[in-house]
Formats: sequence, structure tokens, C-alpha cells
Amino acid sequence: MKPSPFEYVRATSVADAVKALAAHGDRAKLLAGGQSLIPMMNFRMVAPEVLIDIGNIPGLDEITIGDGSVQIGAGARHNVVMASDVVRQHCPLLADAYSHVAHFTIRNRGTIGGNICHHDPASEVPLVLTLLGASLVLAGPKGNRTVPADTFFLGMMETAIAEDEMLVRIDVPFQPAGEGWSFHEMSVRKGDYAIVCAAVRLTVKDGAFHDVRVGFNGAGTETKRMAGVEQALEGKPATDATIAAAVKVAVDLSDPSDDVQADAAYKRDLLSALGRRALEQARARASN
Amino acid sequence: MPKDHGIGASSKRREDVRFLTGKGNYTADITLYGQTYAAFARSNVAHAKIKSIDTSAAEAMPGVLAVFTGADFADVGGNPAGWLIQSRNGETMKEPKRPVLAHGEVCHVGDAYAAVIAETVAQARNAVEALVVDFEELPAVVDMADAVADNSKRARTELTDNICFDWGWIEDNRAAVDAAFASAPHVTTLELVNNRLVPNAMEPRASIGVYDASTEDYKLYTTSQNPHLTRLLVAAFVMGIPEHKLNVIAPDVGGGFGSKIYHYGEEALVLAAAKRIGRPVKWVADRTESFLSDAHGRDHVTKIQLACEKDGTFLAVRTETLANVGAYLSNFSTATPTFLHGTLMAGPYKTPLVYVNVKAVFTNTAPVDAYRGAGRPEATYSLERVIDMAARELNLDPWEVRRKNLITTDMFPYTTPVALQYDTGNYQATLDKLIELSDKAGFEARAAESAKRGKMRGLGLSTWIEACGIAPSALVGALGARVGLFDAATVRVNPTGNISVMVGAHSHGQGHETVFAQVVSSMLGIPEANIDIVHGDTAKIPFGMGSYGSRSLAVCGTAMTKAVDKIIAKGKKIAAHMLEASEGDIEFADGKFSVAGTDKAKTFGEIAFSAYVPHNYPLETLEPGLEETAFYDPANFTYPAGAYSCEVEVDPDTGKVEIMAFTCADDFGNVMNPMIVNGQVHGGVAQGIGQALLENTSYDGNGQLVTASYMDYAMPRADDLPNYTVDHSCNTPCTHNPLGVKGCGEAGAIGSPPAVVNAVIDALARAGKPVKHIDMPLSPARVWAAMNA
Repeated sequence: MKPSPFEYVRATSVADAVKALAAHGDRAKLLAGGQSLIPMMNFRMVAPEVLIDIGNIPGLDEITIGDGSVQIGAGARHNVVMASDVVRQHCPLLADAYSHVAHFTIRNRGTIGGNICHHDPASEVPLVLTLLGASLVLAGPKGNRTVPADTFFLGMMETAIAEDEMLVRIDVPFQPAGEGWSFHEMSVRKGDYAIVCAAVRLTVKDGAFHDVRVGFNGAGTETKRMAGVEQALEGKPATDATIAAAVKVAVDLSDPSDDVQADAAYKRDLLSALGRRALEQARARASN
Repeated sequence: MPKDHGIGASSKRREDVRFLTGKGNYTADITLYGQTYAAFARSNVAHAKIKSIDTSAAEAMPGVLAVFTGADFADVGGNPAGWLIQSRNGETMKEPKRPVLAHGEVCHVGDAYAAVIAETVAQARNAVEALVVDFEELPAVVDMADAVADNSKRARTELTDNICFDWGWIEDNRAAVDAAFASAPHVTTLELVNNRLVPNAMEPRASIGVYDASTEDYKLYTTSQNPHLTRLLVAAFVMGIPEHKLNVIAPDVGGGFGSKIYHYGEEALVLAAAKRIGRPVKWVADRTESFLSDAHGRDHVTKIQLACEKDGTFLAVRTETLANVGAYLSNFSTATPTFLHGTLMAGPYKTPLVYVNVKAVFTNTAPVDAYRGAGRPEATYSLERVIDMAARELNLDPWEVRRKNLITTDMFPYTTPVALQYDTGNYQATLDKLIELSDKAGFEARAAESAKRGKMRGLGLSTWIEACGIAPSALVGALGARVGLFDAATVRVNPTGNISVMVGAHSHGQGHETVFAQVVSSMLGIPEANIDIVHGDTAKIPFGMGSYGSRSLAVCGTAMTKAVDKIIAKGKKIAAHMLEASEGDIEFADGKFSVAGTDKAKTFGEIAFSAYVPHNYPLETLEPGLEETAFYDPANFTYPAGAYSCEVEVDPDTGKVEIMAFTCADDFGNVMNPMIVNGQVHGGVAQGIGQALLENTSYDGNGQLVTASYMDYAMPRADDLPNYTVDHSCNTPCTHNPLGVKGCGEAGAIGSPPAVVNAVIDALARAGKPVKHIDMPLSPARVWAAMNA
């Protein structure tokens, strides 16, 4: 065993897991697919004293259709979400983004809930859930509460989830018919952490952009969605010139940082290039 | 019809049966009775004085059996450098001590300063965390230019400056080279970095130490490319154990690429610990330890200049290189940037004048040593990049500039101005084959098609040569080597006629067990299945020097053929007696000894049986038995050569490079197993593409390795690599070994990086974005920055 010693608890129900969380407090971590937590424990970067395994809770991995939304159990494995006909049909932006998420073997173990709660700033799923207006259902000692994605994702590796809560479900509203969408990403290798991602939803009516939602990872901004970029598109003619002006706004609003993969200047270029490609593709997909 | 067995057949790799079904026997798979486990405490700072280490808490932890620190090894020897290099001023290089565990001073992140032995791995690791070390941080030397410019900060406190040696090759030629530059019609100057690489063998290093107090015998299972050299180093230099009292076993080894040539302190530690606690001690590195403590590769900063006529005729080459050796001298670290690099700086070209200057620099980083190609990739990259740049400056076709300067077939044997003698080759033939196989003629059409899709297409090449089959012992001895570089093989014919061959070469994935058996099978006319190749155990094999430098078949394979020749010669004597003929009339072919011109014959098996059941045998003149050993010291290096091309598409928006085609036309001399040779080339090219596009070893200013995991260090994966076109039909057999082989293990890693970079530069130039140079790895960010500079 590479990690520091820990106590292992296997939860058999959500209530059971919530009870264990209440009992162990900040000494405990929830273990779902373990694709981020276990490496960090093996590196001894984190050393939880108690590991509460929620990987075997019946029903936590179900994907069902609710009232105008796809309801994805937090324990659903990435590959199951990615391959889900329901997700492809009703939330194609999420399905698109999944083609950039990690590698097959990681997606076989990793769960959508674990991915969201870990909230790596380069992660694709939190970005598209924000654009899709998803709601996150949290279970806690006082029952369930629902948090919109907009306010769920805070800073890097921070979320609105409290220490005694666990994520149980993600409700993703259907994308309306006729909507255009797109997801573009640049990483050093396929499946690696993204340097920059661009995600877009929009409609085109009477030759103009409407219902625009645009967001980026890697832009160095506090929010995933960029209101300034959305405003630069909303109601404007669906032309290349509008797109060019909008991606310029994205670059101006961005504040990326240098890292070992890429410097800020390059990330600004990617915001521009991927933003343009995503907007062009979304425009082409939207029915006019 | 392709051959189905023996020399030249693509016999299936017999070792793959166990490797691919999980039946391999790697060091980590071995579990011994009473086995305990070691874990190492490694420095988290680049340079510090060790003020104290409090081991008391660790010693009291559950399961802990012993704790070692550097003080425990203060009285034993150090791990020596294998080559002593002479500086230009005649001084011998500096060789600061390399102890088993850091003592008094830690010198790089990952430097081991203590070890805990416990009943379980987990207990050992937990106890390492309970060690209390008091470091007084010292300034870290990380950047080589700083290390040379400012000797107030030193990588080792015992040094007065950070330069290990300042080597000139050949110093007597310097004035003539400088004069040629002074009068040259054109001079191209290029400064470049050959990026540091982490070897990343699939199997991390591992060792098990065993001590038997009743016999005072030690046994070391370890991940080594050369068990006898490890035994010699541990016994004679580090621990002072009688050599015959140490048995080193390197069982199945999962790749080395150079990093497992060397002796590492962990091997000595597990032996010392096994003796102290009286139980076997096992250590298996985790991947982080591999990143931090395996010997890294490359890491040169070079200024290369090419003087030429306006028509592209080369007049002279001059280089100045800073070569990083890290904080400690690993065993081959001083030979790699010198005799495996400077001597190759003529390339396959008839450049009349060459001068190479190399300063080896100590830094507070992991040791740097030979990595697949070892010095030759660095030489090839510098040369092939500057040639491309010169061609662009002179508005000449880089393919034709190379052709104009290649050594021609009428010039062999050809002595270069950097002291190698190329015995044979046909560099025009491989270049022509490359032009054909890469469909150079169709490139413009493909480029136009790429442009329609908004992509920039480029085509680059390299024509390369390397020196393999290291090496003539007398030559390397004169150049500072502290070891001989011969090899050895014993061919043991068993009474029933099947054969065990004990070889000094070591296979860590290459396929020796298959290929060596093919050679013996062809020579003796018996089935491959009747021949086993034994390697990796000093108690079984003769003293050989292991595998690296594409030497196994050229050197050890030659020893093996010489031993087989002796078997045949003795067999003839036995046959002459049995067939009542004169020895001179006995012929051996197809597994039969026969009397010339008659149908009287004895099979190989009958002769073998007679040798061990000598009832009808010339005992008065001939010893019974049929077992022969031969040692072989090569007369020269071998010189594989070839021409590689790479075709890329570059995304103008993102700088992302995609490899569309990669073509190799190689001359490896005679090819024993084409399938295995192709595999070697594929693997080497994959590593070369990794270096060119992806692999970035980055130490920050404080000497922290910020790329110490697979999340940050990008190894090439299948979808980063193209399908390869590999050809080895233009072969010129080596003239000085009987198989005519040259070696193929490193070629791919040597020839490919410049082809990739030249292709990207070509793509940018064709798109009207002239860029002189981009340093590897050509990440999207770097390519984008260069074309938008």
C-alpha cells in the first residue's frame, strides 16, 4: 500500500454515507471512482484518516429521464454517461465534451460525481454543466438541497458542497431543438488536462445569435461563463465579423497564467482560435 | 519466400509467450523466505547540508528492523565514474564522491539520504515519514550557463567550480578549423538545446539483497542491463566484497534504454541491510522515484557552426557544448557527451575539418547518463539541424545538400577528422531509397491538399550515422575507459544434442533469446527450439559486459559464433575418429559431419552423444565433452547509417503538430530477424518523436523537478504516433564481424528527432512563416510562439 494508513468504511446507502460523514467530519473523504483521490493518496499529498466508499450504493449510478431533464446519478461512470443514448439525444454538448475526458480506462472507473466534486479547473464536465444550467442535488443530514451549477463551482478545487454533504444527482435540462452547440479543446495529448477548452450554446433566429452561452477553461477568469462575450454575440448578426469581435472580447477579458505547458500569450491565442471554431461550429449546427 | 527459420527469418519472439501472458519473472515478482522491505528517504530540496537526522521515532515504528543513513557507509567506497576524461589543459576531470547514501550533503531532489528496513512496504514508508532531518539549505545550481558563469554557487561543496572537464576533440585540429571558418564563403551558426529526457522504462528499478552468513555469500537480484559490471562495481569499488562472494542476477528486465546500465546506491544498500538484519531485503521503486533518481538522458546546450561554400559544399564544423552531468557522475556519464558524441560530429559527410568542445557541468539535478543513442542523438541532431539551416540560408535543397556531401562508396574505409574509421556503407543508396519510399515526388500534391484543409504541411529529413558495437577495448582504454568492452559466450552442447548458450549480453526486451538461437540454429543445422539462451546471472554466464550501445549481436553474437566454430572444429575431430577418416576430409553442413565425397556421415546429435559417452573416442588426444567458450574484442566500432524523413501537418491556429508519415531507410548490415529489427526501429522512432514533440523535463529555478509524474511528463502514446515505413534493404555488411551485423537498437532514436524538427521548420517556411529554429519539444505553445514571433 502506498497511501498513509486509513480506515475504510463501505457505505451501503446514501443515508449510510451521510451518517458516516457526520460521524467522521473532516477526517473523512468520500471515495467514488478514485481516479483523482487515490493517486493523491499514493503520492501522500492527501492523507484522509477515513475513506467512505460510495462505489457500491445501489441506484447511485442510474441515468433516467426526468421532467425536461436528464437525471444522472453521481455514481455513474464516465464511460456510461458518454455512451448513454439519453445523454446524446438530449444533452449533446455533454456528450461532445466527454470525447475529451481522460482515457478509456480512467473513464471506466471515474464517476461524473467524483469529477464534479474534485473540480479540477481544467475539467470539461463542470464547464459544460455550467453552460447547460445543470442542478446538483446534495444529500446532507437535514435532507436534500439543490444547487445550480452557476453557484456550485467556486474556485480551483472548491465547490459549494459542505463537509457533511454528498452529491447524489445531476439534473441536466434538455438542450432545446434547433440549438447549436460546440466544444473544442487543446491539450498536449488527447485525454490530457486541457490547456484551454471552449464551450458554446446558441440559437440563430432571423440571422442573429440568441440564447448565447459561452464559457472557457484556462482563461484565468473567476467564472466559467463569460458574460461579456455572450453580450457581444446576443442579438448580433450571425456573421464572421460578430464572431471575431466576440473572441476579441474573450481575449481581453481573460487573465491566463503561465505554466509548464504554455504561457499566457499562447493561451490567449487558444481562446481566440478555439472560441472562433466553437462559435462557427455551433452556428453551423443551429437551425435557422 | 521469406525464410521460416534461422538467420534472416522473422521467427516469433519466444520470450513474448511469458511476457504477454503475465509469466515473466521480474525482480519485483520474486519473493524470498523471510523477505523484508526497504524504503528510502529522499531529499525534497535540491541542495542542503544535512545537519542531523533523528532516526529514533522511525526506529520505534511498528515493523521497523533497521534504519540506515550515510554515516553507515562512511567507511566504504563510492560509486565510480567509468571513464576518466582529460581536459584540454591536460588535467584529469573532477570526480566528486558518490556515496551509497548522501552523507553530509544532499545534492539533488530525490537524493537518498536514509533508508528504513521493515517487515512490510507500508511500514517502511510510514517510518520514512517519521525520520526527522534538519537541512540547512545551500544555493542550488540548476541552469548550466549560470553554473559555468558563476562559481560562487557550486553544485557540490567539495568543488571549486562546476565544470567537470573541458574537452577538445581533436585539440590539435582546432587552429585549422578556426582558420577554415575565418576564410569560409558562408558560415551558419545555430544555438540549440538537446532536451533532458527521463528514460521511463516500463519496469521501475528494483533490487533484492540476500546474505548467507554460513557461507558469507551475497546475492543481488536487480534490474540491470549488465550483471557482471554491477558485480564488479559493487564488489571491488563500493563494498569491498570478494567478487566470487557476490552473485548478481538480473532476471527478466522490463526495458532499460541505458538507465539500467549503471550501478545505483540502492543496490549496495539492500546488500548491506540484508547482512545486518540477516534476512533478504527488497526494494521496488515507485514511479516518482524513477523520475527523481534514474539517470536522465541528453541535456546538452550547443552552439554549432557549419562553414561551407556557396554551393553547399561543407568545409568545416565547429561546436561548443555544455553537457549536464547532474550532481553525481553516473558510470558512463562522462563518456556519453565526449567519445559517444564528439567522435560522431563528422556524420556521414566528407567534411574535412571538425572540432568539438564539450564542457561537462555539475548541477543540483539528477545524474545524466547514456539514454538510447547516448551522445549520438545529440551529435546527429546538432549536425542535421545546422545543415538544414545552411541549406535554407543558401537557398539550396536540403536533400541535395546532403547528397553532395555524403561520403561515397569508393572512399571506404574512410577515416573521419574526429578519429573514427568507417569500414563500409552506402549512404547514397539509403537516401535514394528514402526518396522512393517517402514518395517525395508526391509531396507537393499532398501539401496542396493540406492547405485546402487549412493546414501547413512540411517534409524534413536526416541522414545519420552512429558508432555501435562498443567497443575495441584498447581504443577505449586509451581514451579513458576504466573497463574493457569485449564480450563472451559459452556454448554448452548437452549429451542429447540440444544446446544451452550462456551469453554476456543481457536482454531487457530486445529479443536476444530468439535471435541468438536463430544464429546458432543456422550455424549448426539444428532446430531453434533445441537451443536456449541463458543470460543475466553471474553464476551461470561468462564475464561479459552486458547490453547497451547496440552491441549485443555485433560483440556478444560474434563471441557466440566463435564458440560455435570451436564446437564444429571439435566435432570434426570426433567425427574423423568415428568415421575412420582424416580430420581434413570431414565436412560439416546441415547438421551432419560427413566424409567428403562419400555417404559416410554422423549427425550432430551422434557426435554430441559420443562426446559425453566416449566409448569410441580419441581420449588420448581429445578431451571428452562438448562445451566451448569464446571471448571477442571487436576490431572496430560498427557503423549503422540511414536516411529518415518525417512529414507533418501544423495547425496554424494552435501550433499543434501532427505526424502524417515517417519513413526509415536503414543500413544495419545483415539482418538476422527482420521483424525484430522493425520493432527496434519502431520503438526508437517513437522515443525520438517523444523527444521532438512531447517530452519536457523541467526543473524550476530551485531545482524542483516539476515534471515528475505522467500527469506532467508527456510520453508518446499510440495516437501521437504515425504508422512507420521501415526498410533495411540497402544493407552493406559490416566488414569486421562474421555475421556482418551493425546493430539496430538505437538508430530510431538517433535519426528521428532532427527529421521531425526539420519537417516542422519546412512546414512553417512553406507557409511564409520563416522560423530559424524551435527547441524541442515542439509543443503547440512553442510552435505557435515561434511562428507568431
